[in-house]
Amino acid sequence: MEKRSLYNNKLLPYLLLAPQLVITLVFFYWPASQAVWMSFRMEDAFGTTTEFVGLENYVSLFQQRAYYESMATTVIFSIAVTFLAMSFSLLLAVMADKQIRGGSVYRTLLIWPYAVAPAIAGVLWLFMFQPSLGMIGRGLISIGVPWNPMLNGDHALLLVILAAAWKQISYNFLFFLAGLQSIPKSLIEAAAIDGARPTRRFWTIVFPMLSPTTFFLLVVNIVYVFFDTFGIIDAITHGGPAKATETLVFKVYQDGRLGGDLGGSAAQSVVLMVIVIALTAIQFRYVERKVTY
Amino acid sequence: MAEVTLNDVRKVYAGGVEAVKGVSLDIPDGGFCVLVGPSGCGKSTLLRMVAGLETISSGQVAIGGRVVNEIEPAERDIAMVFQNYALYPHMSVYDNIAYGLRNRGTPKDEIDRRVQEAARILAIEPFLQRKPRALSGGQRQRVAMGRAIVRKPQVFLFDEPLSNLDAKLRVQMRVEIKKLQRALGVTSIYVTHDQVEAMTLSDKLVVMSGGQVEQVGTPTEVYRRPETRFVATFIGSPPMNILPGLVDGDGRVSVGGLTLAADDLPAGLEPGRHVDVGVRPEEVEVAPAGAPGAPFAIDFVEELGATELLHGTLGGSPFVLQVNTGAVSPGTKAVTLAIPSRCVHVFDAETGKRLGRAESATARAA
Ligand SMILES: Nc1ncnc2c1ncn2[C@@H]1O[C@H](COP(=O)(O)OP(=O)(O)OP(=O)(O)O)[C@@H](O)[C@H]1O
Ligand SMILES: [Mg+2]
Repeated sequence: MEKRSLYNNKLLPYLLLAPQLVITLVFFYWPASQAVWMSFRMEDAFGTTTEFVGLENYVSLFQQRAYYESMATTVIFSIAVTFLAMSFSLLLAVMADKQIRGGSVYRTLLIWPYAVAPAIAGVLWLFMFQPSLGMIGRGLISIGVPWNPMLNGDHALLLVILAAAWKQISYNFLFFLAGLQSIPKSLIEAAAIDGARPTRRFWTIVFPMLSPTTFFLLVVNIVYVFFDTFGIIDAITHGGPAKATETLVFKVYQDGRLGGDLGGSAAQSVVLMVIVIALTAIQFRYVERKVTY
Repeated sequence: MAEVTLNDVRKVYAGGVEAVKGVSLDIPDGGFCVLVGPSGCGKSTLLRMVAGLETISSGQVAIGGRVVNEIEPAERDIAMVFQNYALYPHMSVYDNIAYGLRNRGTPKDEIDRRVQEAARILAIEPFLQRKPRALSGGQRQRVAMGRAIVRKPQVFLFDEPLSNLDAKLRVQMRVEIKKLQRALGVTSIYVTHDQVEAMTLSDKLVVMSGGQVEQVGTPTEVYRRPETRFVATFIGSPPMNILPGLVDGDGRVSVGGLTLAADDLPAGLEPGRHVDVGVRPEEVEVAPAGAPGAPFAIDFVEELGATELLHGTLGGSPFVLQVNTGAVSPGTKAVTLAIPSRCVHVFDAETGKRLGRAESATARAA
């Protein structure tokens, strides 16, 4: 069936879209095009003049060993955070869905992490896991784990992964819970009568029915780990020790802001943008097809 | 196959709502029991307790002689058809039907044989590879039926399975459900609020109201001898006329000055006692001109095709009469009615219970 517009005014749809378009233009396309423009230019040593250098920024970027290391860190970081944030929030949502009566308290508690600013979340985790002061850090050391995220790169990476996942769980949880509650109860009952035990019910009915939500969250979470985890990393490790937690987005900041290499940093952000757009496109092309029913 | 027995079954929901207030029922092996009643009377709740989808607050439910109160739905050997069909949207029709068998570890070739057989019976073979969303309402309904029959359960449970279909399809599926149930001989409990469905499908009709059973009987018994005013007005279409009246003597009542004979009215009731007098619109006839009877003033006429409904007043109360089209010439303002004494039902004005002769009640129970 075709949906027909109730309005004959040709201008109205554009007018209604205008605020959204203006915001996107001003806050996304304009800075993005600035970044692209800057990536083709290089500043002189004093930052007073710039000149057009073509692809030179990109060439030197892809010759840096550190850039590939940062990429590897990002891959580990994003897979771990996405997987942890999604699986754990799904588990919590399933539990909350069962007991939704007492759910409002539970839900409020779970929403808090999302409302906490990344820097504060970072400091919180840093503090908890601080080897000499933090509760968990001291606990780990007292049971013989040589825990030290300040010096050990792996520990540091683990800590930012946990913190970043924790920050995203609330968001995922809300969507999973809404998704779970929109599954008609009669489907679950029919499956129960059809002899499916709870675990089997989950994997054969609930999980497939949730797949549009899961897919949506997958896209959102990947964008989150690529871009929005900057604050947490900055607060906990500043990308260290020895660049062990320097993800691509953190490197953009590090090189541009602290290193003063605006052109190189712009080139990095363009690459980052391309990666995320490509990832999202792939997901829409191949995954979305399988999740609609 | 199995009989289903309910013994003083109650349901109190968590909020304190008492949805079912002590229901006892016996449904024989292979019987078709229809629960009918207005919205919110607890039909679905009762059915869902038999299915195991709701806990039973007190009383017992037994299937095939085995008390199933504490037994999981999967182990009760029942199948249920839901009002919204509850088809799994992400599975093909084939997988929908096969799901219950797969969960029970039935061998693959056996599953295929049974799914094909069910599909053949229900004429849904062409759609087996489709997803439910690509089916019409009637086809979905058939798939839901297929999912129920493929497992060869001991009991079928239906919760308003036809209410999402259009009127024509509903009639057609009603006939098919009845045929299928006869052919398979599976004990069935069927919930509906449509009294025509209830009358045509059941061999045991249970009329419910406010969480209680008002009357149990064959459709004819319930129609002929409603035990309460509620049943009288609920079963039958158009509904029975209820006129306020008084006991006038043995076997007689008076309605607004008219005296009517009532066969079933027991003797010895004090004259002047307030009663409700029920008369079915289709059981009254227009008396030939000049014959004695009750004067009926016609206000307006509703034409239904073969029959028409005459709305008017009888003994000062609103009254509806159903006659064959043409029995009363157009424009007639008043006629005389012949009201057969066996068709006059009398109910206590306060309790709504039937004032009937004990012997006919025992004759019914025997
Ligand atoms: N989960 C529940 N919690 C509390 N009360 C409920 C619940 N489910 C049903 N009820 C109440 O129990 C009563 C009976 O409900 P039920 O669904 O059995 O009615 P029904 O006869 O099937 O009605 P309908 O014809 O509308 O389907 C209603 O008053 C309803 O509000
Ligand atoms: Mg119901």
